[in-house]
Parts: sequence; C-alpha cells; structure tokens
Amino acid sequence: MDNIKLTKLAACAGCGAKVGAGTLSQLLDGLPVIKDEKLLVGFDKSDDAAVYKINDDMALVQTLDFFPPIVDDPWLFGQIAAANAISDVYAMGGEPKLALNIMTVIEAMTREAIHEILRGGYEKAFEAGAIISGGHTINDTEPKYGLSVTGFVHPKKILTNSGARPGDVLILTKPLGIGIITTAAKAGLVPEALTAKINQQMAELNRKSRDNMVNYEVHSCTDVTGFSLIGHCCEMAEGSNATINLMAAGINYHKEALEYASMGMIPAGAYKNRDFAEGRTEISASVSLPLADIMFDPQTSGGLLISVAEKDSQHLLNDLLHHTDAAIIGYVSEAGEKAVVVK
Amino acid sequence: MIDTSGLSCPEPVIMVKKAMESGEDSYTVIADNRTAFENITRFAAHQGFGVSGEENDGVYTIRIERNK
Repeated sequence: MDNIKLTKLAACAGCGAKVGAGTLSQLLDGLPVIKDEKLLVGFDKSDDAAVYKINDDMALVQTLDFFPPIVDDPWLFGQIAAANAISDVYAMGGEPKLALNIMTVIEAMTREAIHEILRGGYEKAFEAGAIISGGHTINDTEPKYGLSVTGFVHPKKILTNSGARPGDVLILTKPLGIGIITTAAKAGLVPEALTAKINQQMAELNRKSRDNMVNYEVHSCTDVTGFSLIGHCCEMAEGSNATINLMAAGINYHKEALEYASMGMIPAGAYKNRDFAEGRTEISASVSLPLADIMFDPQTSGGLLISVAEKDSQHLLNDLLHHTDAAIIGYVSEAGEKAVVVK
Repeated sequence: MIDTSGLSCPEPVIMVKKAMESGEDSYTVIADNRTAFENITRFAAHQGFGVSGEENDGVYTIRIERNK
C-alpha cells in the first residue's frame, strides 16, 4: 500500500461523502414508520442514533457510520472512522459497549493495508471501552470503513438533538475547518504540522467531552459532522422549536482554514450544506465569506455541539478546556423567523 | 481556454493556479459543476482578478481578468 494513496482511491473524503441533509429527508420520506413505545429516538428527528428502552434504568443506543478514506495512512484512517462512528453514541449521552466492522475493499489494496485499517479501528474501540466482535467486508470500487456501534444510556439521561431550550448556551468541542484543510492538503498547500494536528483531532474520541457534559444540566447534544456546523444547528433548532444564534467572533476553527477557503479549497459538501440551509439561515453581512464557508464545511469526526443551561456553561467549558479547544459559540432563543442566525 | 470538465476539487483550482503562473491578464475557464465554479471564482478573486461567469445546461463559463 506504500505506493498507493488511500485518498486517491475515493471520490469523496470522509464525512464529505455523506448524502446531503435535503436529499436524505426526501429519500426517507414516505417510508413506513413503526410506532413502538420503547423506541425512544427514531429517525423522525434526524438524530445521531436510535435509542430503544430495555427497562427503566437502561436503553440501547444503536448507530452506524462509515466513509471513504480521509487520510492516506490506513491505521490512522481506521482510527478516525471508528472515532467518528463511536461519537454518535457519545452525542446521545451514552457509553459504547459493542461494535461491528463495516468495510469495503478494492483489489489494489494490500492485505497489510486492510489489516492496518482494522487495527486502527480495534485500537480506537478499545480506547472507548467497546469491543469489536465481528463485521462484514465486501469488494467495492473504493475502500470504505466504519462501525456499527451499540451502547447504553439511562432512559432519563438521553441527549437528543431536539431538546435545546431558549436561554441555553452552545458549546462546540472541536475546532472547524477539517473539510477545507483536507481539500487544501490534496492541493499540496498544507504544511505537515497542520496535517498532523487535524489528523490527531479527527482520531480523538469525544469520550471525555461526553463524560464532562453528563455532569451538568445539558438539554441537547449532537456531533458536528458531514452536515456542517450550520446544518447540524438547523436540525437542532428546528427539532427543538427554537432559534440558534451563532456568534461568528466566538466560533472555534483552525485559522489556516480561512486562507484556504478564500483560495477556493472548499469541498462539494459545503455547497450542498449551504443549499440545505438556504431559507432557514440568516447570515449577517458582517460575516466574511470564508468564515461562512467554514461554518458550512463538512467535518469528519467533529466535536460535540452541546446546548447547556447558562448557569452551567462556564463550568462545563472549563472542564472541556482541560483536553479540548472547546468554545462557547452561541446561544438559543425563542423560535424566530429563521432556524439559525449568524452575527 | 482552461477546461476543467470531469475534474473534482481541488483539481480545477490547481489548473487555474498553474495557468495563472504564465502571467497573462485574462483567462476563460470551463467548469462542469457548481463546486468548481464557486471555488475558481473564490480563487481568482483572492489572486486579484475580476470574475464573471454564466451557466448553460450545467456548463459554467468563467471569465477571469486581472484587476487593473
């Protein structure tokens, strides 16, 4: 695999390969929805994972995520894909316990490369306290890897993406700009140190952030991935019947992404995200175009977007700052004309 | 004329970047998708060029001229 670049084998990288939110809702429209009082979270609210109540103390969290390579190192790709898949359980406030591999391979890949992808996934799952107990691998025209993850959460402590309340403060735990920087990297513009930094960020579990947030009065949570910050904010705002106000000056992003965005190093997914948000979002004229591009940028293995009671927001931020570059990026208000307002 | 048809980002931008290294004052670029159109537009503006474009049946024709 040394002479073949993994990212060259895929048309779309990482979460940028995700079908757009607008298209997805059309695809799901009209499918039979089976009511089951034990199904606490289904796909009616575009949430991160399904949650099924087992008893009064325990609910099952089930999710699946996979994508084509976002990096060339197969071991790192395995780690990132696993961290990204497991994140959906953390975003529901849960703890991952069991996982299954989902993988596609192509003939050009060596056995060592495939093994390294799996090793990365196993190591990351182990770090998360989950066991990979099997999986399914098929041949395809491009490589893909991810996990189906099962976790547990207390039924009264489920954090959906539709519980945000007016007055809440919004915290984002990982800086934005991953899609733009990986696009710029394909153009050979990104220094090695920055590549190493974002690779490390993508492979980082949201575990500690989840462990921090469950200690506070958090009303809603999701992870920011392919639909971008604004896309995920639209879902949270509409699901919560509220408006999300983002403060452009407070948003955490990799500064280099601003320059790359202004050079046109923007992945196709960002434009899909912009289309999805059109009509639901109001962006102040004072927000620069490259900064808005960053807010529409698809993130791979992005951070948690946490809607927390204002009284707890500074305490939670202080805890998160011990191990992340988290920031307070906005607040929730009563539902206005738009789902998301950026100032 | 720079034809970026069939290429996915960031390659169309890289093609335009390379062409600009010739130092000419104006270019016409063809793109077959909106991402390439938007990205080339941003790149040209960033490099100090004026940009105008039109779309016809999914084919974008972009005119780039150095700001005087």
